[in-house]
Amino acid sequence: MPSMLIRRSAMPGFNLAMGITVTMLSVIVILPIMALLMRGLVWGPAEIWATVSSERVRGALFLSFRLSVLAALFNLVFGVMLAWILVRYRFPGKRLIDAAVDLPFALPTAVAGIALTTLYAPNGLFGGIAADMGLRIAYTQAGIFVALVFVGLPFVTRTVQPVIAEIEHEVEEASASLGASRLTTLRRVILPMLMPAALTGFALALARSVGEYGSVIFIAGNIPNRTEIAPLLIVIRLEEFNYNAAAAIGIAMLLISFLMLFAINLIQIWSRRRIGYV
Amino acid sequence: MSDLIAFRNPTEESPWARRLLIGTVVSILSLLLFAPLFVVFSEALSRGWMTAVESLGQRDAWQAIRLTLTVAAISVPMNAVFGLAAAWAITKFDFRGKAFLITLIDLPFSVSPVVAGLCLVLLLGANSTLGGMLVGAGVPIIFALPGVVLATVFVSFPFVARELIPVMIEQGRAEEEAALTLGASGWRVFRTVTLPNIRWALLYGVLLCNARAMGEFGAVAVVSGRIRGETATMPITIEMMYNEYLSVAAFTLAAVLALLALMTLALKSILEWYHADALAATRRH
Repeated sequence: MPSMLIRRSAMPGFNLAMGITVTMLSVIVILPIMALLMRGLVWGPAEIWATVSSERVRGALFLSFRLSVLAALFNLVFGVMLAWILVRYRFPGKRLIDAAVDLPFALPTAVAGIALTTLYAPNGLFGGIAADMGLRIAYTQAGIFVALVFVGLPFVTRTVQPVIAEIEHEVEEASASLGASRLTTLRRVILPMLMPAALTGFALALARSVGEYGSVIFIAGNIPNRTEIAPLLIVIRLEEFNYNAAAAIGIAMLLISFLMLFAINLIQIWSRRRIGYV
Repeated sequence: MSDLIAFRNPTEESPWARRLLIGTVVSILSLLLFAPLFVVFSEALSRGWMTAVESLGQRDAWQAIRLTLTVAAISVPMNAVFGLAAAWAITKFDFRGKAFLITLIDLPFSVSPVVAGLCLVLLLGANSTLGGMLVGAGVPIIFALPGVVLATVFVSFPFVARELIPVMIEQGRAEEEAALTLGASGWRVFRTVTLPNIRWALLYGVLLCNARAMGEFGAVAVVSGRIRGETATMPITIEMMYNEYLSVAAFTLAAVLALLALMTLALKSILEWYHADALAATRRH
Protein backbone atom coordinates (compact mmCIF):
# COMPACT_ATOMS: atom_id res chain seq x y z
CA MET A 1 0.00 0.00 0.00
CA PRO A 2 2.63 2.59 0.94
CA SER A 3 4.57 2.08 -2.30
CA MET A 4 1.70 3.72 -4.19
CA LEU A 5 1.87 6.89 -2.16
CA ILE A 6 5.60 7.23 -1.65
CA ARG A 7 8.18 8.59 -4.07
CA ARG A 8 10.97 6.14 -4.88
CA SER A 9 13.82 6.50 -2.42
CA ALA A 10 17.10 4.71 -1.83
CA MET A 11 16.67 5.12 1.90
CA PRO A 12 15.81 1.87 3.68
CA GLY A 13 13.37 1.16 6.44
CA PHE A 14 10.24 2.94 5.25
CA ASN A 15 7.94 0.00 5.87
CA LEU A 16 9.30 -0.67 9.34
CA ALA A 17 9.29 2.98 10.43
CA MET A 18 5.88 3.69 8.95
CA GLY A 19 4.55 0.42 10.37
CA ILE A 20 5.59 1.31 13.92
CA THR A 21 4.33 4.88 13.52
CA VAL A 22 0.91 4.01 12.18
CA THR A 23 0.36 1.07 14.54
CA MET A 24 1.21 3.01 17.69
CA LEU A 25 -0.67 6.08 16.54
CA SER A 26 -3.76 3.99 15.84
CA VAL A 27 -3.72 1.92 19.02
CA ILE A 28 -2.84 4.69 21.45
CA VAL A 29 -4.37 7.83 19.98
CA ILE A 30 -6.80 7.26 17.13
CA LEU A 31 -8.77 4.21 18.32
CA PRO A 32 -9.49 5.70 21.77
CA ILE A 33 -10.63 8.99 20.23
CA MET A 34 -12.79 7.02 17.77
CA ALA A 35 -14.31 5.17 20.72
CA LEU A 36 -15.32 8.52 22.23
CA LEU A 37 -16.85 9.74 18.97
CA MET A 38 -18.62 6.40 18.41
CA ARG A 39 -20.12 6.56 21.88
CA GLY A 40 -21.54 9.96 21.04
CA LEU A 41 -22.80 8.79 17.65
CA VAL A 42 -24.57 5.80 19.17
CA TRP A 43 -26.11 7.93 21.89
CA GLY A 44 -27.30 10.49 19.36
CA PRO A 45 -26.56 14.16 18.68
CA ALA A 46 -29.82 15.30 20.28
CA GLU A 47 -28.94 13.65 23.58
CA ILE A 48 -25.43 15.08 23.46
CA TRP A 49 -26.79 18.54 22.85
CA ALA A 50 -29.26 18.14 25.72
CA THR A 51 -26.39 17.20 28.06
CA VAL A 52 -23.98 19.89 26.90
CA SER A 53 -26.60 22.63 26.99
CA SER A 54 -27.76 21.76 30.51
CA GLU A 55 -27.03 24.57 32.93
CA ARG A 56 -24.29 22.83 34.91
CA VAL A 57 -22.32 21.56 31.88
CA ARG A 58 -22.70 24.82 29.98
CA GLY A 59 -21.55 26.68 33.07
CA ALA A 60 -18.51 24.45 33.47
CA LEU A 61 -17.50 24.70 29.79
CA PHE A 62 -17.98 28.46 29.80
CA LEU A 63 -16.02 28.83 33.05
CA SER A 64 -13.11 26.74 31.71
CA PHE A 65 -13.04 28.71 28.49
CA ARG A 66 -13.49 32.18 30.00
CA LEU A 67 -10.83 31.78 32.69
CA SER A 68 -8.47 30.17 30.15
CA VAL A 69 -8.84 33.19 27.86
CA LEU A 70 -8.17 35.57 30.77
CA ALA A 71 -5.14 33.57 31.92
CA ALA A 72 -3.79 33.33 28.36
CA LEU A 73 -4.25 37.10 27.90
CA PHE A 74 -2.27 37.71 31.10
CA ASN A 75 0.41 35.36 29.83
CA LEU A 76 0.40 37.08 26.44
CA VAL A 77 1.43 40.41 27.99
CA PHE A 78 3.63 38.95 30.67
CA GLY A 79 5.25 36.44 28.30
CA VAL A 80 6.33 39.17 25.88
CA MET A 81 7.79 41.23 28.76
CA LEU A 82 9.63 38.19 30.12
CA ALA A 83 10.96 37.19 26.71
CA TRP A 84 12.14 40.79 26.13
CA ILE A 85 14.16 41.05 29.33
CA LEU A 86 15.61 37.56 28.86
CA VAL A 87 16.90 38.35 25.38
CA ARG A 88 17.79 42.04 25.66
CA TYR A 89 18.80 42.80 29.24
CA ARG A 90 21.69 41.62 31.35
CA PHE A 91 20.99 41.24 35.04
CA PRO A 92 22.07 38.90 37.83
CA GLY A 93 20.13 35.63 37.95
CA LYS A 94 19.10 35.86 34.31
CA ARG A 95 20.17 32.32 33.45
CA LEU A 96 18.37 30.97 36.48
CA ILE A 97 15.17 32.71 35.45
CA ASP A 98 15.55 31.52 31.86
CA ALA A 99 15.80 27.94 33.10
CA ALA A 100 12.96 28.41 35.61
CA VAL A 101 10.48 29.57 32.95
CA ASP A 102 9.97 25.93 31.97
CA LEU A 103 9.13 24.89 35.53
CA PRO A 104 5.39 24.61 34.77
CA PHE A 105 6.26 22.10 32.02
CA ALA A 106 8.46 20.05 34.32
CA LEU A 107 6.60 20.27 37.63
CA PRO A 108 3.76 17.71 37.84
CA THR A 109 0.38 19.42 37.87
CA ALA A 110 -0.71 17.79 41.13
CA VAL A 111 2.39 19.18 42.86
CA ALA A 112 1.72 22.64 41.46
CA GLY A 113 -1.91 22.31 42.52
CA ILE A 114 -1.29 21.56 46.20
CA ALA A 115 1.56 24.11 46.39
CA LEU A 116 -0.54 26.93 44.90
CA THR A 117 -3.48 26.01 47.13
CA THR A 118 -1.30 26.09 50.24
CA LEU A 119 0.06 29.51 49.26
CA TYR A 120 -3.17 31.15 48.20
CA ALA A 121 -5.58 29.59 50.74
CA PRO A 122 -6.88 32.03 53.39
CA ASN A 123 -4.45 30.55 55.95
CA GLY A 124 -1.54 30.52 53.48
CA LEU A 125 1.25 33.02 52.93
CA PHE A 126 -0.28 35.05 50.06
CA GLY A 127 -3.86 34.05 50.76
CA GLY A 128 -3.49 35.46 54.27
CA ILE A 129 -2.30 38.83 52.96
CA ALA A 130 -5.21 38.86 50.49
CA ALA A 131 -7.65 37.91 53.27
CA ASP A 132 -6.49 40.92 55.29
CA MET A 133 -7.50 43.04 52.33
CA GLY A 134 -10.82 41.25 52.16
CA LEU A 135 -9.96 39.15 49.10
CA ARG A 136 -10.27 35.43 48.66
CA ILE A 137 -8.11 33.72 46.06
CA ALA A 138 -8.15 29.97 46.64
CA TYR A 139 -11.56 28.26 46.31
CA THR A 140 -12.81 31.09 44.04
CA GLN A 141 -12.48 31.80 40.32
CA ALA A 142 -9.42 33.91 41.13
CA GLY A 143 -7.72 30.72 42.35
CA ILE A 144 -8.49 28.94 39.08
CA PHE A 145 -7.06 31.96 37.24
CA VAL A 146 -3.81 31.74 39.24
CA ALA A 147 -3.47 28.01 38.48
CA LEU A 148 -4.16 28.55 34.77
CA VAL A 149 -1.63 31.39 34.57
CA PHE A 150 0.90 29.01 36.12
CA VAL A 151 0.38 26.19 33.61
CA GLY A 152 0.35 28.55 30.61
CA LEU A 153 3.32 30.66 31.70
CA PRO A 154 6.06 29.28 29.42
CA PHE A 155 4.22 29.21 26.10
CA VAL A 156 4.32 32.86 24.95
CA THR A 157 7.84 33.41 26.30
CA ARG A 158 9.20 30.38 24.50
CA THR A 159 7.60 31.23 21.15
CA VAL A 160 8.58 34.93 21.30
CA GLN A 161 12.18 34.55 22.58
CA PRO A 162 13.71 33.25 19.32
CA VAL A 163 11.92 35.97 17.32
CA ILE A 164 13.32 38.76 19.51
CA ALA A 165 16.78 37.23 19.17
CA GLU A 166 16.48 37.44 15.39
CA ILE A 167 15.42 41.08 15.16
CA GLU A 168 18.08 43.07 13.30
CA HIS A 169 19.42 46.01 15.24
CA GLU A 170 19.38 48.12 12.09
CA VAL A 171 15.59 48.17 12.16
CA GLU A 172 15.57 49.86 15.54
CA GLU A 173 18.39 52.19 14.54
CA ALA A 174 16.49 53.23 11.42
CA SER A 175 13.40 53.91 13.46
CA ALA A 176 15.35 55.94 16.03
CA SER A 177 17.23 57.91 13.36
CA LEU A 178 13.92 58.87 11.80
CA GLY A 179 13.01 60.50 15.08
CA ALA A 180 10.83 57.88 16.72
CA SER A 181 10.94 57.76 20.49
CA ARG A 182 11.89 54.45 22.08
CA LEU A 183 8.30 53.78 23.05
CA THR A 184 7.11 54.46 19.50
CA THR A 185 9.76 52.12 18.10
CA LEU A 186 8.71 49.39 20.51
CA ARG A 187 5.04 49.88 19.76
CA ARG A 188 5.13 50.43 16.01
CA VAL A 189 8.17 48.46 14.90
CA ILE A 190 9.02 45.73 17.40
CA LEU A 191 5.58 44.69 18.61
CA PRO A 192 4.13 43.94 15.15
CA MET A 193 7.11 41.68 14.49
CA LEU A 194 6.47 39.75 17.71
CA MET A 195 2.72 39.52 17.29
CA PRO A 196 2.44 36.30 15.20
CA ALA A 197 4.72 34.35 17.55
CA ALA A 198 2.99 35.82 20.59
CA LEU A 199 -0.42 34.84 19.22
CA THR A 200 0.81 31.31 18.57
CA GLY A 201 1.98 31.13 22.17
CA PHE A 202 -1.34 32.59 23.30
CA ALA A 203 -3.28 29.91 21.44
CA LEU A 204 -1.04 27.15 22.81
CA ALA A 205 -1.48 28.44 26.37
CA LEU A 206 -5.22 28.67 25.82
CA ALA A 207 -5.44 25.11 24.49
CA ARG A 208 -3.46 23.85 27.45
CA SER A 209 -5.53 25.77 30.02
CA VAL A 210 -8.95 24.71 28.72
CA GLY A 211 -8.16 21.05 29.36
CA GLU A 212 -6.16 21.57 32.55
CA TYR A 213 -7.22 19.46 35.51
CA GLY A 214 -4.46 18.61 37.99
CA SER A 215 -3.35 22.05 39.05
CA VAL A 216 -6.88 23.45 39.12
CA ILE A 217 -8.98 20.99 41.13
CA PHE A 218 -7.14 21.58 44.42
CA ILE A 219 -7.43 25.36 44.32
CA ALA A 220 -10.86 25.58 42.67
CA GLY A 221 -13.26 24.68 45.46
CA ASN A 222 -15.30 22.78 42.86
CA ILE A 223 -18.71 24.33 43.55
CA PRO A 224 -21.17 23.52 40.69
CA ASN A 225 -21.91 26.53 38.47
CA ARG A 226 -19.33 28.64 40.32
CA THR A 227 -15.89 27.02 40.38
CA GLU A 228 -16.47 23.69 38.64
CA ILE A 229 -14.35 23.25 35.51
CA ALA A 230 -15.38 21.05 32.58
CA PRO A 231 -12.71 18.32 33.02
CA LEU A 232 -13.79 17.87 36.64
CA LEU A 233 -17.38 17.38 35.52
CA ILE A 234 -16.19 14.56 33.22
CA VAL A 235 -14.48 12.89 36.17
CA ILE A 236 -17.62 13.28 38.30
CA ARG A 237 -19.84 11.75 35.57
CA LEU A 238 -17.40 8.85 35.16
CA GLU A 239 -17.46 8.18 38.90
CA GLU A 240 -21.27 8.00 38.64
CA PHE A 241 -20.80 5.50 35.77
CA ASN A 242 -22.72 7.91 33.54
CA TYR A 243 -20.50 7.21 30.54
CA ASN A 244 -22.83 8.81 28.01
CA ALA A 245 -22.86 12.17 29.76
CA ALA A 246 -19.10 12.01 30.26
CA ALA A 247 -18.67 11.26 26.55
CA ALA A 248 -20.91 14.19 25.62
CA ILE A 249 -18.82 16.66 27.63
CA GLY A 250 -15.65 15.03 26.28
CA ILE A 251 -16.83 15.50 22.70
CA ALA A 252 -17.63 19.16 23.37
CA MET A 253 -14.13 19.69 24.79
CA LEU A 254 -12.54 17.83 21.89
CA LEU A 255 -14.41 20.11 19.50
CA ILE A 256 -13.14 23.21 21.32
CA SER A 257 -9.57 21.81 21.13
CA PHE A 258 -9.88 21.16 17.40
CA LEU A 259 -11.17 24.66 16.80
CA MET A 260 -8.20 26.04 18.66
CA LEU A 261 -5.75 23.85 16.77
CA PHE A 262 -7.32 25.15 13.59
CA ALA A 263 -6.92 28.73 14.83
CA ILE A 264 -3.23 28.12 15.60
CA ASN A 265 -2.68 26.87 12.06
CA LEU A 266 -4.47 29.89 10.62
CA ILE A 267 -2.31 32.25 12.70
CA GLN A 268 0.82 30.52 11.46
CA ILE A 269 -0.20 30.60 7.81
CA TRP A 270 -1.20 34.26 8.14
CA SER A 271 2.04 35.24 9.87
CA ARG A 272 4.20 33.36 7.40
CA ARG A 273 2.60 35.32 4.60
CA ARG A 274 3.04 38.56 6.45
CA ILE A 275 6.45 38.28 8.05
CA GLY A 276 8.08 35.16 6.72
CA TYR A 277 9.24 33.60 9.94
CA VAL A 278 7.83 32.33 13.19
CA MET B 1 26.44 53.72 31.47
CA SER B 2 25.80 56.38 34.10
CA ASP B 3 22.37 57.91 34.51
CA LEU B 4 23.91 61.37 34.93
CA ILE B 5 25.33 61.57 31.47
CA ALA B 6 22.71 62.79 29.08
CA PHE B 7 23.54 60.52 26.18
CA ARG B 8 21.49 57.37 25.99
CA ASN B 9 21.64 54.79 23.27
CA PRO B 10 18.45 55.45 21.28
CA THR B 11 17.93 51.74 20.65
CA GLU B 12 17.75 50.92 24.35
CA GLU B 13 15.16 51.61 26.99
CA SER B 14 16.00 54.09 29.75
CA PRO B 15 17.65 52.55 32.82
CA TRP B 16 14.54 53.30 34.86
CA ALA B 17 12.29 51.53 32.38
CA ARG B 18 14.62 48.55 32.48
CA ARG B 19 14.62 48.38 36.25
CA LEU B 20 10.85 48.68 36.36
CA LEU B 21 10.40 45.95 33.76
CA ILE B 22 12.86 43.57 35.41
CA GLY B 23 11.35 44.29 38.82
CA THR B 24 7.80 43.62 37.67
CA VAL B 25 8.70 40.40 35.88
CA VAL B 26 10.80 39.05 38.75
CA SER B 27 8.06 39.85 41.30
CA ILE B 28 5.39 38.06 39.28
CA LEU B 29 7.70 35.10 38.75
CA SER B 30 8.38 34.98 42.50
CA LEU B 31 4.67 34.91 43.28
CA LEU B 32 3.83 32.33 40.67
CA LEU B 33 6.90 30.13 40.19
CA PHE B 34 9.44 30.42 42.96
CA ALA B 35 7.05 30.64 45.92
CA PRO B 36 5.15 27.44 45.02
CA LEU B 37 8.41 25.59 44.54
CA PHE B 38 9.67 26.84 47.90
CA VAL B 39 6.42 25.90 49.63
CA VAL B 40 6.66 22.29 48.45
CA PHE B 41 9.95 21.86 50.29
CA SER B 42 9.08 23.97 53.34
CA GLU B 43 5.82 22.06 53.89
CA ALA B 44 7.57 18.73 53.43
CA LEU B 45 10.14 19.68 56.09
CA SER B 46 7.71 21.52 58.38
CA ARG B 47 7.93 18.77 60.98
CA GLY B 48 11.64 18.16 60.50
CA TRP B 49 13.71 15.90 58.32
CA MET B 50 12.95 12.73 60.28
CA THR B 51 9.18 12.97 59.80
CA ALA B 52 9.64 13.58 56.10
CA VAL B 53 12.00 10.65 55.65
CA GLU B 54 9.72 8.41 57.71
CA SER B 55 6.71 9.32 55.57
CA LEU B 56 8.64 8.25 52.48
CA GLY B 57 9.31 4.89 54.12
CA GLN B 58 5.61 4.19 54.50
CA ARG B 59 4.05 1.54 52.32
CA ASP B 60 1.80 3.87 50.30
CA ALA B 61 4.69 6.17 49.47
CA TRP B 62 7.24 3.64 48.31
CA GLN B 63 4.65 1.61 46.43
CA ALA B 64 3.70 4.80 44.59
CA ILE B 65 7.35 5.56 43.81
CA ARG B 66 7.90 2.02 42.53
CA LEU B 67 4.77 2.17 40.40
CA THR B 68 5.69 5.54 38.88
CA LEU B 69 9.17 4.26 38.03
CA THR B 70 7.65 1.13 36.45
CA VAL B 71 5.20 3.16 34.36
CA ALA B 72 7.94 5.52 33.18
CA ALA B 73 10.28 2.61 32.43
CA ILE B 74 7.67 1.13 30.08
CA SER B 75 6.15 4.23 28.52
CA VAL B 76 9.25 6.35 27.90
CA PRO B 77 11.05 3.69 25.78
CA MET B 78 7.80 3.10 23.89
CA ASN B 79 7.62 6.79 23.05
CA ALA B 80 11.32 6.91 22.18
CA VAL B 81 10.88 4.05 19.68
CA PHE B 82 7.77 5.70 18.28
CA GLY B 83 9.52 9.08 18.04
CA LEU B 84 12.50 7.58 16.20
CA ALA B 85 10.29 5.62 13.80
CA ALA B 86 8.00 8.57 13.10
CA ALA B 87 10.90 11.00 12.59
CA TRP B 88 12.67 8.53 10.27
CA ALA B 89 9.55 8.00 8.14
CA ILE B 90 8.71 11.69 8.01
CA THR B 91 12.17 13.14 7.35
CA LYS B 92 13.78 10.50 5.13
CA PHE B 93 10.90 9.92 2.73
CA ASP B 94 8.44 11.90 0.65
CA PHE B 95 4.90 10.66 0.75
CA ARG B 96 1.39 11.97 0.50
CA GLY B 97 -0.39 12.92 3.68
CA LYS B 98 2.79 13.84 5.54
CA ALA B 99 1.37 17.08 6.95
CA PHE B 100 -1.70 15.19 8.12
CA LEU B 101 0.49 12.59 9.84
CA ILE B 102 2.40 15.33 11.69
CA THR B 103 -0.90 16.87 12.82
CA LEU B 104 -2.04 13.47 14.13
CA ILE B 105 1.23 13.03 16.05
CA ASP B 106 0.74 16.43 17.71
CA LEU B 107 -2.90 15.68 18.50
CA PRO B 108 -2.38 14.42 22.11
CA PHE B 109 -1.03 17.86 23.09
CA SER B 110 -4.32 19.50 22.28
CA VAL B 111 -6.51 16.88 23.94
CA SER B 112 -7.26 17.42 27.61
CA PRO B 113 -5.64 14.67 29.73
CA VAL B 114 -9.02 13.95 31.29
CA VAL B 115 -10.57 13.51 27.83
CA ALA B 116 -7.65 11.22 26.92
CA GLY B 117 -8.42 9.08 29.95
CA LEU B 118 -12.10 9.12 29.09
CA CYS B 119 -11.36 7.89 25.55
CA LEU B 120 -9.35 4.97 26.93
CA VAL B 121 -12.11 4.08 29.41
CA LEU B 122 -14.70 4.09 26.61
CA LEU B 123 -12.50 1.90 24.38
CA LEU B 124 -11.15 -0.53 26.95
CA GLY B 125 -13.33 -0.23 30.06
CA ALA B 126 -15.12 -3.34 31.33
CA ASN B 127 -18.46 -2.21 29.87
CA SER B 128 -17.13 -1.76 26.31
CA THR B 129 -17.08 -4.59 23.77
CA LEU B 130 -13.31 -4.77 23.53
CA GLY B 131 -12.75 -4.19 27.25
CA GLY B 132 -15.32 -6.82 28.16
CA MET B 133 -13.48 -9.38 26.03
CA LEU B 134 -10.16 -8.46 27.60
CA VAL B 135 -11.54 -8.68 31.14
CA GLY B 136 -13.08 -12.04 30.20
CA ALA B 137 -9.67 -13.20 29.02
CA GLY B 138 -8.21 -12.17 32.36
CA VAL B 139 -6.34 -9.08 31.08
CA PRO B 140 -8.04 -6.04 32.56
CA ILE B 141 -6.67 -2.79 31.12
CA ILE B 142 -8.66 -0.05 32.85
CA PHE B 143 -8.19 0.21 36.62
CA ALA B 144 -4.97 -1.77 36.15
CA LEU B 145 -1.33 -1.14 35.25
CA PRO B 146 -1.75 -1.43 31.43
CA GLY B 147 -4.34 1.35 31.49
CA VAL B 148 -2.01 3.62 33.45
CA VAL B 149 0.77 2.91 30.93
CA LEU B 150 -1.53 3.58 27.94
CA ALA B 151 -2.75 6.86 29.45
CA THR B 152 0.85 7.92 30.13
CA VAL B 153 1.97 7.04 26.61
CA PHE B 154 -0.98 8.99 25.21
CA VAL B 155 -0.21 12.26 27.00
CA SER B 156 3.56 12.11 26.39
CA PHE B 157 3.20 10.79 22.83
CA PRO B 158 4.54 13.73 20.75
CA PHE B 159 7.57 14.74 22.85
CA VAL B 160 10.36 12.70 21.22
CA ALA B 161 9.04 12.95 17.65
CA ARG B 162 8.64 16.72 18.02
CA GLU B 163 12.28 17.22 19.05
CA LEU B 164 13.65 14.87 16.40
CA ILE B 165 11.72 15.95 13.31
CA PRO B 166 13.10 19.53 12.98
CA VAL B 167 16.67 18.39 13.72
CA MET B 168 16.49 15.59 11.16
CA ILE B 169 14.99 17.91 8.55
CA GLU B 170 17.89 20.33 9.06
CA GLN B 171 20.44 17.57 8.71
CA GLY B 172 18.99 16.28 5.46
CA ARG B 173 19.63 12.92 3.89
CA ALA B 174 23.04 13.35 2.24
CA GLU B 175 25.11 11.66 4.97
CA GLU B 176 22.85 8.62 5.07
CA GLU B 177 22.83 8.39 1.28
CA ALA B 178 26.62 8.53 1.20
CA ALA B 179 26.85 5.71 3.73
CA LEU B 180 24.38 3.65 1.69
CA THR B 181 26.34 4.07 -1.54
CA LEU B 182 29.41 2.91 0.36
CA GLY B 183 27.55 -0.32 1.05
CA ALA B 184 26.40 0.07 4.64
CA SER B 185 23.22 -1.74 5.61
CA GLY B 186 20.16 0.27 6.58
CA TRP B 187 20.44 -0.63 10.25
CA ARG B 188 24.13 0.28 10.27
CA VAL B 189 23.43 3.65 8.64
CA PHE B 190 20.90 4.38 11.35
CA ARG B 191 23.25 3.32 14.15
CA THR B 192 26.49 4.89 12.98
CA VAL B 193 25.35 7.91 10.95
CA THR B 194 21.89 9.05 12.07
CA LEU B 195 21.96 8.23 15.77
CA PRO B 196 25.18 10.15 16.58
CA ASN B 197 23.74 13.19 14.78
CA ILE B 198 20.50 13.19 16.72
CA ARG B 199 21.61 11.86 20.12
CA TRP B 200 21.31 15.19 21.98
CA ALA B 201 17.93 15.97 20.47
CA LEU B 202 16.82 12.42 21.34
CA LEU B 203 18.02 12.86 24.92
CA TYR B 204 16.22 16.20 25.11
CA GLY B 205 12.97 14.64 23.92
CA VAL B 206 13.31 11.68 26.28
CA LEU B 207 13.95 14.07 29.17
CA LEU B 208 10.74 16.03 28.53
CA CYS B 209 8.81 12.83 27.88
CA ASN B 210 10.01 11.34 31.17
CA ALA B 211 9.10 14.44 33.17
CA ARG B 212 5.58 14.35 31.79
CA ALA B 213 5.30 10.56 32.19
CA MET B 214 6.26 10.64 35.87
CA GLY B 215 4.05 13.62 36.64
CA GLU B 216 0.89 12.85 34.68
CA PHE B 217 -2.22 13.28 36.78
CA GLY B 218 -5.46 13.93 34.86
CA ALA B 219 -5.35 11.00 32.43
CA VAL B 220 -4.06 8.58 35.05
CA ALA B 221 -6.68 9.75 37.58
CA VAL B 222 -9.40 8.71 35.14
CA VAL B 223 -8.07 5.28 34.11
CA SER B 224 -6.41 4.18 37.34
CA GLY B 225 -9.35 3.86 39.69
CA ARG B 226 -6.91 5.03 42.42
CA ILE B 227 -6.14 1.56 43.78
CA ARG B 228 -3.43 1.79 46.44
CA GLY B 229 -0.38 -0.28 45.64
CA GLU B 230 -1.70 -1.20 42.19
CA THR B 231 -2.53 1.89 40.16
CA ALA B 232 -1.90 4.81 42.53
CA THR B 233 1.13 6.50 40.98
CA MET B 234 3.00 9.26 42.82
CA PRO B 235 0.76 12.15 41.67
CA ILE B 236 -2.39 10.13 42.47
CA THR B 237 -1.01 9.21 45.90
CA ILE B 238 -0.18 12.87 46.55
CA GLU B 239 -3.81 13.74 45.84
CA MET B 240 -5.11 10.97 48.12
CA MET B 241 -2.79 11.96 50.97
CA TYR B 242 -3.62 15.64 50.57
CA ASN B 243 -7.35 14.94 50.69
CA GLU B 244 -6.81 12.84 53.82
CA TYR B 245 -5.06 15.82 55.44
CA LEU B 246 -1.72 13.95 55.51
CA SER B 247 0.00 17.19 54.58
CA VAL B 248 3.60 16.25 55.39
CA ALA B 249 3.34 12.92 53.59
CA ALA B 250 1.73 14.56 50.54
CA PHE B 251 4.31 17.33 50.35
CA THR B 252 7.23 14.97 50.92
CA LEU B 253 6.17 12.88 47.95
CA ALA B 254 5.56 16.14 46.06
CA ALA B 255 9.08 17.27 46.99
CA VAL B 256 10.51 14.11 45.42
CA LEU B 257 8.69 14.94 42.18
CA ALA B 258 9.76 18.60 42.47
CA LEU B 259 13.39 17.49 42.79
CA LEU B 260 12.91 15.42 39.67
CA ALA B 261 11.49 18.49 37.91
CA LEU B 262 14.49 20.59 39.01
CA MET B 263 16.86 17.91 37.75
CA THR B 264 15.00 17.84 34.44
CA LEU B 265 15.32 21.63 34.12
CA ALA B 266 19.02 21.52 34.99
CA LEU B 267 19.78 18.79 32.44
CA LYS B 268 17.64 20.58 29.87
CA SER B 269 19.52 23.85 30.40
CA ILE B 270 22.86 22.05 30.15
CA LEU B 271 21.79 20.55 26.83
CA GLU B 272 20.64 23.98 25.61
CA TRP B 273 23.92 25.65 26.59
CA TYR B 274 26.44 23.04 25.49
CA HIS B 275 24.75 21.21 22.65
CA ALA B 276 22.63 23.99 21.20
CA ASP B 277 23.79 23.26 17.65
CA ALA B 278 22.46 19.71 17.93
CA LEU B 279 18.97 20.78 19.02
CA ALA B 280 16.06 22.16 17.02
CA ALA B 281 16.40 25.87 16.21
CA THR B 282 13.67 26.95 18.63
CA ARG B 283 15.56 25.37 21.53
CA ARG B 284 18.65 27.50 21.04
CA HIS B 285 18.31 30.51 23.19
